[in-house]
Amino acid sequence: MVPLLSMIVFLPLVGAIVTALMPRTMPTVPRVVALGFSVATLALATWALAIFDVDGGYQFVERFPWVPQVGIEYHLAVDGISMPIIALSALLTVLAILVSWKIDHRPAFYFTMIQLLAVGMTGVFAALDFVLFYLFWELVLVPMYFLIAIWGGARREYAAIKFFLYTLAGSVFMLVGIIALYITQGSFNIAELTALAANPDTALSYNLQFWIFAAFFLGFAVKVPVFPLHTWLPDAHVEAPTAGSVLLAGILLKMGTYGFIRISLPIMPEAAASQFWMWTLGILATVSIVYGAAVAFAQTDMKKLVAYSSVSHMGFVMLGIASGTQEGLDGAVFVMVAHGLITGMMFMLVGMVYERTHTRVISEINGLSSQTPIAGGLLAFASIASLGLPGLAGFPGELLTLLGAWRSDLWPGLVIISALGVLLAAAYMLWMVQRTVMGEAKGVVAKIRDLTAFEIATLAPLVVLIVALGVFWSLLLRYVTPAVQTVLSGMGV
Amino acid sequence: MMWLADNAWVAVALPALFALLVALVGRADRLVAPLLGIGSAASVLLSGIAVLLTVAEGRTPAAATIRWLPSEEGILAIGWSADGLVGSMLVVVGFVSLMVMVYSAGYMAADEGRVRYYALLSLFLAAMSLVVVSDGLLGLFIGWELMGVCSYLLIGHWTIKPAAAAAAKKAFLVTRVGDVGLLAGIVLLWSHAGALDYESLAAVIDTLSPDILTTVALLLAVGAIGKSAQFPLHIWLPDAMEGPTPVSALIHAATMVAAGVFLIARTWPIYELAPLATYVLLGIGVATALGAALVACVQTDIKRVLAFSTISQLGFMFAALGAGYWGVAMFHLVTHAAFKSLLFLAAGSVIHSSGTQDLRKMGGLRKGMQFTFEAWTFGALALAGIFPTSGFFSKDKILYIVTSENLPAGALLFLTTAITAYYVARVTVLVFFGPRNSRKKPHETGLAMSIPPLILAIPAVGLGYLAKPSIELMAAEYVGFDLPVALIATGVALLGVAIGVFLHRSGPSADIAFERRLGGVWGWIQAGYRLDSVVQKSVSRPSLGLARAAYRHIDRDLVDRAVIGVGSTANFLGERLRRLQNGDTQWYISMGFIGLIVLYSLSVSWDRIHVWLTGGG
Repeated sequence: MVPLLSMIVFLPLVGAIVTALMPRTMPTVPRVVALGFSVATLALATWALAIFDVDGGYQFVERFPWVPQVGIEYHLAVDGISMPIIALSALLTVLAILVSWKIDHRPAFYFTMIQLLAVGMTGVFAALDFVLFYLFWELVLVPMYFLIAIWGGARREYAAIKFFLYTLAGSVFMLVGIIALYITQGSFNIAELTALAANPDTALSYNLQFWIFAAFFLGFAVKVPVFPLHTWLPDAHVEAPTAGSVLLAGILLKMGTYGFIRISLPIMPEAAASQFWMWTLGILATVSIVYGAAVAFAQTDMKKLVAYSSVSHMGFVMLGIASGTQEGLDGAVFVMVAHGLITGMMFMLVGMVYERTHTRVISEINGLSSQTPIAGGLLAFASIASLGLPGLAGFPGELLTLLGAWRSDLWPGLVIISALGVLLAAAYMLWMVQRTVMGEAKGVVAKIRDLTAFEIATLAPLVVLIVALGVFWSLLLRYVTPAVQTVLSGMGV
Repeated sequence: MMWLADNAWVAVALPALFALLVALVGRADRLVAPLLGIGSAASVLLSGIAVLLTVAEGRTPAAATIRWLPSEEGILAIGWSADGLVGSMLVVVGFVSLMVMVYSAGYMAADEGRVRYYALLSLFLAAMSLVVVSDGLLGLFIGWELMGVCSYLLIGHWTIKPAAAAAAKKAFLVTRVGDVGLLAGIVLLWSHAGALDYESLAAVIDTLSPDILTTVALLLAVGAIGKSAQFPLHIWLPDAMEGPTPVSALIHAATMVAAGVFLIARTWPIYELAPLATYVLLGIGVATALGAALVACVQTDIKRVLAFSTISQLGFMFAALGAGYWGVAMFHLVTHAAFKSLLFLAAGSVIHSSGTQDLRKMGGLRKGMQFTFEAWTFGALALAGIFPTSGFFSKDKILYIVTSENLPAGALLFLTTAITAYYVARVTVLVFFGPRNSRKKPHETGLAMSIPPLILAIPAVGLGYLAKPSIELMAAEYVGFDLPVALIATGVALLGVAIGVFLHRSGPSADIAFERRLGGVWGWIQAGYRLDSVVQKSVSRPSLGLARAAYRHIDRDLVDRAVIGVGSTANFLGERLRRLQNGDTQWYISMGFIGLIVLYSLSVSWDRIHVWLTGGG
């Protein structure tokens, strides 16, 4: 049997090593090498997606003892929740390399970092052993730190350190949780721990579940990020290079919400269903939705606006998770994928506009549609997708999370307040479109050229997927729904 | 034909396909985009005719469902179904859009954005058809929002105009306030009824509690109020006139704005069991009808007169719904679509020919624009409700049912009828009679633009005689002709016309005299009771201020400083720990163990506190 998952996870590592060994005298080779490896990875991930059996539970299992003395294993497998996200991260890696095509400052190091990031990003979603999971989780930090600190904007060092410290602080709590689980249940295996939790004889006491949930909560909530742990995100996004922003918003944020679905809910089911945690998650989700949207409204920088909109959209994911219902979790995973596509596209477009105008200040950009109709049109398209227009990918997930939250024991008021977030999203997105896309092309916009065929080709797959998922929800839900059913039935829901 | 009736989805698919074709090959030749646009309108019209013919034969057209969510038993499914109501709506949408597409071939001939224009109009048709043929609220909502975005993009068609961009955003946002209500209603309904398609809903609706039904009815009504520009969410429609005039005719007069009325007609079983909601509809309808009619009297922009008139006429439809007769509301929707799109298209020709939208600068256009004038006259008579035009019949029924339901409300609608007749007369006189106030010589604007208003004049005049068959085709309760009401209505309408003609016979001077005498009140009415600035002051500005304050004070001052504070404490502690340990790994492990000890002690000894925290969970 071909170790398909290992290949998907570690092919970028081979690519990273090859890229790192490139001599400095060939500055344009690293990007070609990186593109080659990432396209090959994407092909493998697409193949895996195609042969994946939606009703088959965990698949492509690879399990070997690694440190048998303490029961650490090399254990990779995917289910219908992690499979689509791995495919998404393979896709976004390719696109991230394409949007970085013109990087000329230390290109070999840059493309090494991108590929290293890909290893961590796919690994987290494939790992079923806690130690392995944690390794991948921490591995992501390092390349992202360098991407921000070396290729970032003016305040890159501040942003990079803030990003690093925030998420590191979160992971320390997660580590505490992992060790606590190991000591109490004697296993590092996520699937085993899930099975133990599902059996009333072997389940942890409610008290212990409650506090371990708290530890994991801190680790994951920083990553999502949930209000009030979100302030690293806008800084990191603004300073990061375009590819960094795309991967950060597209995949890294999803690690947090994935953690809730894969670990917190199934391994600490009683805690997850407790009034305290349900309310905490529900309220923080709602606050993130409304607060993120409101603050996005106040932004003058396009990238920051998109960053805060991410806080708001990830709030919907958290709302779905808090609901603990089939629709809610279906919706949560749907938003995760859709947000990856839409926000990825937003950041890529903002980057392309920035390359031409050298500004991201909303009031300095105007009339894109008359000067650069393709860029303006695509920016309007991405904005409309982001505000949740039915028929595009942003809508189904938000609808499902709202339906799930409404059906759950959460206070209906939270759902109504969250629905207002949909309204606010329209407000800040259309306001931005009005000021940047509409109007007369003046100032910095007056002389710029429209997108090149290369850039359009980079964005095209996202446009296609955003429309396809918006029209045919089942393309994604056929993977997600059975896996969510498994998670929920283990929790006794 | 039969096949078309059984496959109502074609009315969605073909315009969508044509929209795509326009975008792809619309640039090939000048005629390609308009022809494809005409094709999408024709496909909607043919679908509608097929459905109506089938229903007239006494057969129900086929319906089908496509499941979207694999797991749950068809809870979130989307499908199509057709009946007399659907057929009538498709015919209205198809017919008006056909006229508008033809008209646009002339009106937009020189526009740079023609291809985008026709693509969006076709996409709008697909969305509108989706609203109409969907077999449940989910599909309706999807089409509903798509319509909103098409309307947004078409209002902002001239992207270079700042006013157009602002109006487009305003239209989308204000209607979205309504949409949040609609969405909440859909979620609430689904959580109690377990389904969203009309057929299953009809089966379980009796089992729901009256409170739930009333709440759902009110929430759906919020959506309808937003889309159909009823008080207090009407403020977007007058601004929407920044879009091209054919768009105003199709979307912002005849079809999309009527979708609210259609929504309530389609979900009527809910309203039948929610009397409180129908009272609200009646109240809002009457208030909007009267309030907007008054504003229409003092507008100086011809399109704004028509916009407020549309709001007012939609108010009549809401009043009919509130009185409990959705068939009557739909019939007025049909006649209004004919005569109001006629008036808009004629106004477009007038604007095209005179180069202004300002009534005070027009006058005397009768000579030179004979066709347009004739068409306009038929439309104006219908809007004023003068016998024997269609508006007379449909309005007569509304006046009758509202008066029998609630006498004061009926009286207010009679008053509105008089005011309507007055402003119609005023506009007609100011535009077509009296001395010419513009230097441009009036002229007809080519066949593509003069023929559609004339064709629309046929239904605008004649539809009244089809009242009985069309309401019965929709399987709604028919209301007969009532002679006393008709006589009084005709009397007040003629009075209104007489006053309008008399006051304005010598041009815009009467307005100036009024303005001088009324002073501030005039300006207050002209600005739509200044509701816009109220919203600006009470909603828009405070929200922006709040958002900025949240960013500055919560995000930067509070959270960030706290984090930096924690960070430096941790740094300090870390330095201390580093002196004790050497290396990060050990620091991690020690942190882990300290944390573990804390966890254990918490879980063991803090029992009581956490029982308190979790409420005994």
